[in-house]
Amino acid sequence: MLDPYLPDEVEVLERIQESPTIFTLRLAFTDPEIQARYRFQPGQFNMVYLYGVGEVPISIVSDPEDEHLIDHTIRAVGRVTQGLALLGKGARLGLRGPYGRGWPLQLAEGRDIVLLTGGLGCAPVVSVIHYILRRRERFGRLTILQGVKHTDDLIWRAQYEAWSRLPDVQVGLAADVGGPGWFGQVGPVTVLFDRVHIDPGALMMMCGPEPMMRAAVQELRRRGVAEEDLWLSMERSMHCAIGHCGHCQMGGNFVCRNGPVFPYPEIQALLGERGF
Amino acid sequence: MAEPGFLPRPRFRHLLAALTAAGYRCLGPKVRDGAIVYEELDSADDLPRGVHDHQQPGAYRLQRDDSPRCFAWANGPQALKPLLFAPREILWTSAAGSDGAIAFHPQMPEALPTAVIGVRACDLAALRLQDQHFLEGPFPDPHYGVRRGNLFLVAVHCTHPAATCFCASTGDGPRAESGFDLALAELDEGFIVTAGSPKGEVLFGQLLLEALDPAQQATADGEIAAAAQAQQRTLPSRNLRDSLFANLHHPRWDDVAQRCLSCANCSSVCPTCFCHAEMEEPALDGSHSAHYRQWDSCFTEGHSYIHGIVIRADTRLRYRQWLTHKLGSWHDQYGRSGCVGCGRCIAWCPVGIDITEEAAAVCGGDHA
Repeated sequence: MLDPYLPDEVEVLERIQESPTIFTLRLAFTDPEIQARYRFQPGQFNMVYLYGVGEVPISIVSDPEDEHLIDHTIRAVGRVTQGLALLGKGARLGLRGPYGRGWPLQLAEGRDIVLLTGGLGCAPVVSVIHYILRRRERFGRLTILQGVKHTDDLIWRAQYEAWSRLPDVQVGLAADVGGPGWFGQVGPVTVLFDRVHIDPGALMMMCGPEPMMRAAVQELRRRGVAEEDLWLSMERSMHCAIGHCGHCQMGGNFVCRNGPVFPYPEIQALLGERGF
Repeated sequence: MAEPGFLPRPRFRHLLAALTAAGYRCLGPKVRDGAIVYEELDSADDLPRGVHDHQQPGAYRLQRDDSPRCFAWANGPQALKPLLFAPREILWTSAAGSDGAIAFHPQMPEALPTAVIGVRACDLAALRLQDQHFLEGPFPDPHYGVRRGNLFLVAVHCTHPAATCFCASTGDGPRAESGFDLALAELDEGFIVTAGSPKGEVLFGQLLLEALDPAQQATADGEIAAAAQAQQRTLPSRNLRDSLFANLHHPRWDDVAQRCLSCANCSSVCPTCFCHAEMEEPALDGSHSAHYRQWDSCFTEGHSYIHGIVIRADTRLRYRQWLTHKLGSWHDQYGRSGCVGCGRCIAWCPVGIDITEEAAAVCGGDHA
């Protein structure tokens, strides 16, 4: 029996500072055979192990066809991620994955796509943006909506500007608190719905704080988007990532295994219910 | 399978001898620290002869009389869970080289072939659920699996339910129906032995059993039926999921939160609770590190911690999580309730919270 708990060694190929507390680690397995076998879907995550400290679940932001790149964009908030923040090129880590259900990209083909993110929620969705832009002809109009608390929290600002200049792409940015030089809206991310055109047949993928996603679900339902076309990436405590440790349960769902990406009807009953 | 046979009491030691000869270490019930626990048996004399347990919400006491019986009790705090899903174990270790490279080393447990004597029907039902959880999903757990593969189970039908027991209402006892290698029905003069698996059959053949008197079988059946009748507590055997989730804001959750200490005793003695934490223990000199797993509980603050947020910050939310999972969402995950009616969570709760009472109160008029 294979040991599903055992990581493999990876090396940091590159470290990119995205903001004062957010950084990206570009990783590759040191064993070329493992690297060659490794495949993932946008929206899936890995368990990243910092030697002597522990493991954390981190979503994958690179493109699945960049088979030599596994990028993780991380905010230094906890014991493990603060340690990861100190690493540089050449450092070694453990990695196992990928885990979970990713975004419904086959379902999305031929349709308009709306991506809504808040905070660092953009990380799991960035892999989708890359995915769609590389396969542009397979998808309809792409709408990228991003909300942040403070204008300083926006990472990849240049990328958002570049995306906004592409044909058939709309970008909307909103900050709860505006600041000098802010070129987006001020207010909750839902103010953006009035600024962009959303086709009721669009497929919606969202990620970020749950109150934001709940508000967005309500707004989109009002605009006629079907419940089963609303897809949410959920976050819960995860120790094992394989549905054994029990921490990530949300009702009957193991977020690590049944999610982290869910169609709204599957989590509707407990979304926003305190304690689940 | 062969017809059941009879093992006279003085020859019970032959069962131990046959298991030992087949390469098993024998675990069985013993009295330690005022409770019945499964420990290694040196001889049949180690068994708790004449020992009975008296269980009530928040209470567990043993009493001894001159009965010749060794299994005239309901259960102790352990089920099979700690033998398979270890309370704490190393999953793997890692070592850092001078160049910063990390080597990972699997750490499989040494799982000696083990026979457990005195397994209850409720514990077999719980084992079935733990097997589903750890072995039958997309990522079978080899640590659990290696121990499970080396297990020989000798069930004993339950004839002495405690006041806390309700296996009859969950459909999990008191008779051990399946999932064992051998099953025993204890009578004053000996044991009725039934084989339940091919390896049980082999051992059964080595016991030189006597022919069974139909009157003995009738006595045993009568005692098991009486054990079902005697149970005072009930939990509806139907699916309580919808009723529990329809009552997430029932005032009873506040009420139970006033009594619950959030101590996690219930989830520790529960034979089906599977939550565990993974944790790291690096060597002081940094040369290596061990990755452990240890039982965790939804009653702890850390269980629902995620980047600065605790999803279940108070006792009300934790008790509600435990009960709605155990009796509700377990159906979605494993096709049945997570409760097998052993009553341990009632007896070992320091304040005597009774899962059957809480479920009845929350599900209100829906309670059967």
